[in-house]
Amino acid sequence: MSQLIKGKQIAHDEWTRVIPPSFGDEPVRKQAGKVVMFKLHGEETFTQKQIDATLIPAGKVLIPLAVWLAKKESLAQRLAAGEIGIVLQTHEPIEQLVEAFENLNSLPVIAVYVQIFADGRNFTLGNLLRTRYGFKNELRAVGDIMRDQLFFLQRSGFDSYLIKDGRNAEEAIASLNDFTQPYQGASNDVPVWRRLDRSQL
Amino acid sequence: MYKYDKIDQQLVNERVAQYRDQTRRYLAGELTEEEFRPIRLQNGLYIQRLAPMLRIAVPYGLLSSKQLHKLGDIAKKYDKDYGHFSTRQNLQLNWPKLEDVPDILEELATVEMHAIQTSGNCIRNITTDQFAGVAPDELFDPRAMAEIIRQWSTFHPEFALLPRKFKIAVSGTKDDRAVVQMHDIGMEFFKNENEELRIKVWVGGGLGRTPILGTVIHESLEWQHALSYCEAIIRIYNIHGRRDNSYKARIKILVKAIGIEAFKAQVEAEWAHLKDGPLTITQAEFDRVSTYFEPMPYETLPANEASFDLHLASNPAFAAWVKRCVHAHKIPGYRALTLSLKTHGEAPGDATSAQMHVVADLADAYSFGELRVSHEQNLILADVKLSDLFSVWEKARAAGLATPNIGLLTDIICCPGGDFCSLANAKSIPIAQSIQAQFDDLDYLHDIGDIEINISGCMNACGHHHVGHIGILGVDKGDTEWYQVSIGGKQGNDASLGNVIGPSFSADEMPSVVQKLIDVYVQERTPEERFIDTVRRIGMDPFKNHVYLENTEVSS
Repeated sequence: MSQLIKGKQIAHDEWTRVIPPSFGDEPVRKQAGKVVMFKLHGEETFTQKQIDATLIPAGKVLIPLAVWLAKKESLAQRLAAGEIGIVLQTHEPIEQLVEAFENLNSLPVIAVYVQIFADGRNFTLGNLLRTRYGFKNELRAVGDIMRDQLFFLQRSGFDSYLIKDGRNAEEAIASLNDFTQPYQGASNDVPVWRRLDRSQL
Repeated sequence: MYKYDKIDQQLVNERVAQYRDQTRRYLAGELTEEEFRPIRLQNGLYIQRLAPMLRIAVPYGLLSSKQLHKLGDIAKKYDKDYGHFSTRQNLQLNWPKLEDVPDILEELATVEMHAIQTSGNCIRNITTDQFAGVAPDELFDPRAMAEIIRQWSTFHPEFALLPRKFKIAVSGTKDDRAVVQMHDIGMEFFKNENEELRIKVWVGGGLGRTPILGTVIHESLEWQHALSYCEAIIRIYNIHGRRDNSYKARIKILVKAIGIEAFKAQVEAEWAHLKDGPLTITQAEFDRVSTYFEPMPYETLPANEASFDLHLASNPAFAAWVKRCVHAHKIPGYRALTLSLKTHGEAPGDATSAQMHVVADLADAYSFGELRVSHEQNLILADVKLSDLFSVWEKARAAGLATPNIGLLTDIICCPGGDFCSLANAKSIPIAQSIQAQFDDLDYLHDIGDIEINISGCMNACGHHHVGHIGILGVDKGDTEWYQVSIGGKQGNDASLGNVIGPSFSADEMPSVVQKLIDVYVQERTPEERFIDTVRRIGMDPFKNHVYLENTEVSS
């Protein structure tokens, strides 16, 4: 069972993540080659068949951006009621998410999904959501998430982390404090030389 | 050189603690092999053919004597009493135990050293000219900027897991010695017509499987924006670089795929958001870091020195060494010198613990307690008085560090190759040794003159074979080791990539192949020509013909 860290504590997860059903004929991969959308090389995308077959339960749900785009008319009420959060996959253009909502902060949660630990695009996406697009609500890291990414995720604007199944989330919290005084700025911080007077150290 | 303050020291100490716990979790089965891999790589640890390999960072090649003593001690205690200086100006240990690495890192931290980001898909060690701060042709001492970039790139949260490794080089000389064109980002500092410090920014260079020289993305960037511009470039790369195929994941492939104009447009659009923001380097921060790189307390000395001139005139061995290993210095009466780690018959770049201690002592006695590592895999004492050169030479010679072959054929740049590296297709060190044996006559070497031979054991190109005047690449053909030879590569401002001369050779054939290439050069050269000049003038064919066609006369 995946466990959620919110802020610096274990928290109850009140959101249900909606995952489109699998038919066994996935994944669809964009072919490598002369494709203008360079970023889509080799990435898995949901098929129309999967999106059509996705059932959205009652209550607070985290749904893939592709599902939202296909079903937004029927979900508008639930968005207004604060029941919709969006899951962005790392290969999806952030502009697509930003353009899909008149007010990004109408979403109580945005989750960024990484398929594998080594995919560091979530850091850039988190940073941009905070610094460029002014997203103020919960920013959640989901997918192949374990304690070894937490410090970087936190510095990139994330404030909740769904630790993958089988890993100890209690212990993972300590990693949020791995480094006391980082060199860099962050989504809510400035570089160390602007943070304090190093000539006095 | 740079000294850690409380912040630097705390970061490195915290990193040791973090990695100690990660190693514990790996050994306890709490981290899988696949999960531990990116973690150990970013702490310098490879799993090699025979044992792990630990790559210790030497930021922009600068070391203190105290640090080198510590490296010598570590090589003795945790390894087989030697280390290997690499083409990234780092030090590699070939035989540490995985479970000892946290202890090694803890010892390194006591002398302000670490192995952070020496491997893995992140921003690697920043490299620069080994003569930074002392070179007469220097327009700008790049070390303070290298340190500022080092700090910015260390544990950069957004760029912790890039598509592939990312290498940055800085230089501030007319004659580029930092090979900025073969880096993911190369920053060439210069002064414009108004004497303002600017940067020519190169992007998308790199060797490896697909060697490409960099392209200029900004002709004249104000120095204050060095970090924000790098951040814009790497952000575009992090999002758009390929992650499906590691051979196509370097930034050079992205730049080629979308074209420099489109790439530049994306970078500039991103940079518009970052420019003049918190990443703008302030004069105060630049000055603070620069205080660590102020000139050494040089004595006022005459340009000439009688005892030096006497030794030079009376001792041909000393004179030969001075000719090859001693370099001009911007302060009168001082010289920089190279201690050769290319002793014939030894693995290029290797130094024993005893040699490290000797070099550290020499640095203390004669060069303000500092030294440098060059990307040609030698050690440099940068600030030696003319009057001390003879003493240094005698001591270096006794320790096997005074082979007068710098820049000559036997000063071979070579990766560890198949003897150690699990990526290699073929051995590289024995090839270097057999070539050194073929050309063991010093007079002949001096007659051949300036030439660079680079050997890589596989297409990952750690030996930079593409930019060797003669480049040798190990290839694997059905379980046997073969070597592909190229000529015409060159590093520097007029960099070029070599062309393959034809089918590959067995290891046994290599010394005679190099001999034949040299024979053509010696026959064809004009008096002032170096090997590379002759290749560029007459082209490949005469070389190719002589190597492949037996009994063919070399035409004039």
